Amino acid sequence: MSLQFNNEQMTEFKRLIAHYPEGKQKSALLPVLHLAQDSFGGWLPTEAMDYVAGLLQIEPIEVYEVATFYSMYNLKPVGKFVFEVCQTGPCMISGSENIIAYIQKQLAIQPGETTKDGMFTLKLVECLGACGYAPMMQVGKIYREHLTKDKVDAIIAEYRMQIVAQN
Amino acid sequence: MGVKLLLEKANVPGIRTYDVYRREGGYVAAEKALKEMSIEAIVEEVKKSGLRGRGGAGFPAGMKWSFIAKPEGVPRHLVCNADESEPGTFKDRYLMEFLPHLLIEGLLISSYALGSNDTYIYIRGEYAWVAQILEDAIVEATKNGWLGKNILGTGFDCMIHVHRGAGAYICGEETALIESLEGKRGNPRIKPPFPAIQGLWMRPTVVNNVETLAAVVPIIKMGGEEYAKIGVGRSTGTKLISACGNINKPGVYEIDMTISVEDFIYSDEYCGGIAGGKKLKACIPGGSSVPILPANLLLKTAKGETRYMNYESLSDGGFATGSMMGSGGFIVLDEDQCIVKNTLTLARFYRHESCGQCSPCREGTGWMEKILQKIELGKGEMSDIDLLWDIQRKIEGNTICPLGDAAAWPVAAAIRHFRDEFEWHINNRALSQTSNFGLQHYADPIHVPA
Ligand SMILES: Cc1cc2nc3c(=O)[nH]c(=O)nc-3n(C[C@H](O)[C@H](O)[C@H](O)COP(=O)(O)O)c2cc1C
Ligand code: SF4
Ligand code: FES
Repeated sequence: MSLQFNNEQMTEFKRLIAHYPEGKQKSALLPVLHLAQDSFGGWLPTEAMDYVAGLLQIEPIEVYEVATFYSMYNLKPVGKFVFEVCQTGPCMISGSENIIAYIQKQLAIQPGETTKDGMFTLKLVECLGACGYAPMMQVGKIYREHLTKDKVDAIIAEYRMQIVAQN
Repeated sequence: MGVKLLLEKANVPGIRTYDVYRREGGYVAAEKALKEMSIEAIVEEVKKSGLRGRGGAGFPAGMKWSFIAKPEGVPRHLVCNADESEPGTFKDRYLMEFLPHLLIEGLLISSYALGSNDTYIYIRGEYAWVAQILEDAIVEATKNGWLGKNILGTGFDCMIHVHRGAGAYICGEETALIESLEGKRGNPRIKPPFPAIQGLWMRPTVVNNVETLAAVVPIIKMGGEEYAKIGVGRSTGTKLISACGNINKPGVYEIDMTISVEDFIYSDEYCGGIAGGKKLKACIPGGSSVPILPANLLLKTAKGETRYMNYESLSDGGFATGSMMGSGGFIVLDEDQCIVKNTLTLARFYRHESCGQCSPCREGTGWMEKILQKIELGKGEMSDIDLLWDIQRKIEGNTICPLGDAAAWPVAAAIRHFRDEFEWHINNRALSQTSNFGLQHYADPIHVPA
């Protein structure tokens, strides 16, 4: 088994399961899957799900059936930055279609695809609870709201800079 | 300016922190409840206040609390529903983001009243930063003796736990939420048993919305009777409305439910009118699930009376000519919006979010999306409109949970009030791909029968 939480992640795991009563550790499954996804490169390979099952002492199938139900878990590798753009009614009437088309053009990918350099993935998602600040998208743990074409350009440039700075 | 009970202090710098919240009168209600009031007295005040659930169904909160079973030796739980995923709704996020301690205080009082030593906040997974704000507030509250063991020397222990969901609208439905909190798929349970008898881990459980639980703070502070004097009829207290769409000032507003819909849309204190000087075409006044209304029926009821922003007035006329207060997600559409397309995005949403347990919902939502897509792409037949009507009718009332109804209503209302726009799409297939039906007669004053 190569996938494992490091010490810091293990401490967080213990904090998460402590929220639930004795014998009800399965309740921590959703939070622990978030932790696993964040720890193992932004997605959940089978190996990661099996590891979580072992930690929580439940059957692997109990993890798979949950991981496939919720839209935030990625079951395939994704880019370093995932643009999850809201396409539901309120965002649509506030111009999300133009923004989606513009991102597609700038990144030269279709929804569901990742750029060749592995940097960006474009996903179309349903209402994120930011309808008054539309058009919007979620990138990682933050919301980018009131999107315009200029703002999209600036955001893409910002993430490219981040990667350059890390290398 | 209307009365503000929840957001009064939202703009005070630093109100997110314990010190400022406390200095501004925070935790005074909790102190009063825990030190001076009996459990029965707290429940009584909430009953007297007339507070109705703010999550969408509008069920009286005090009554719900009094249903909780109290078997000897079995722990009970309060669960705060912060799943907020109904399109158009973003009020709970605002409350939690800016006034986390108001929610914590409300949760403390409510947990005390219900006897919940472990209370959970189920927050939608995407609100990750809001979950962090709540975690930080819980640490502060614990440090200052408002959470933990033997709170204020009363012998009452209470801990609040933040539980992040992972992207599923259905987990806002209370039994799906409980399943999800148990680490399972969000499949709603068949009721009965109701959560008040067998909920989380089969223990007695009360699930309430964020705003409902926050409202307990002003109720305890001012007393249920005083709270009930605000508003009108059975719409007591204040309500948070999240307004979005084609308006000048989208945002979260606290209203006292005596304001007219027209004032809410056009006054500068609230939505500030339709953006770009355009005309109002339609509105979905209570979150995507409630019936859409054309401008004329929105501003006035079928009887020609002014429509107000409260439970009774918004539903005046039933589904034939009215709508619902719902979750308070107020979605405004201007003259350039296409009803077919708007309905299509909502149908896609419900198809995506159906848990798939019941065939009418699982299959019906898929078919509705396909047919609407066909009409939208200029390939519709006249018979498709009747087919849509037939499908929505077969979903409604035939499913385990109300998501089926929630998917059916928007389609039904769109056809009911905008049938001519659907027909126009079908009769003008090519034209419908390049232009819009527009406003037509929707803004005309409605005919008042003599
Ligand atoms: C499909 C569906 C989604 C729901 N989503 C939410 C939600 O996000 N937040 C919420 O408070 N209630 C939601 N509800 C209503 C809850 O089932 C429940 O009635 C509510 O949390 C009770 O709290 P209240 O009485 O304080 O409103 C939803 C209901 C359904 C059927
Ligand atoms: S109505 Fe839809 S969402 Fe609700 S239980 Fe049935 S299939 Fe699931
Ligand atoms: S519709 Fe896009 S955030 Fe709600």
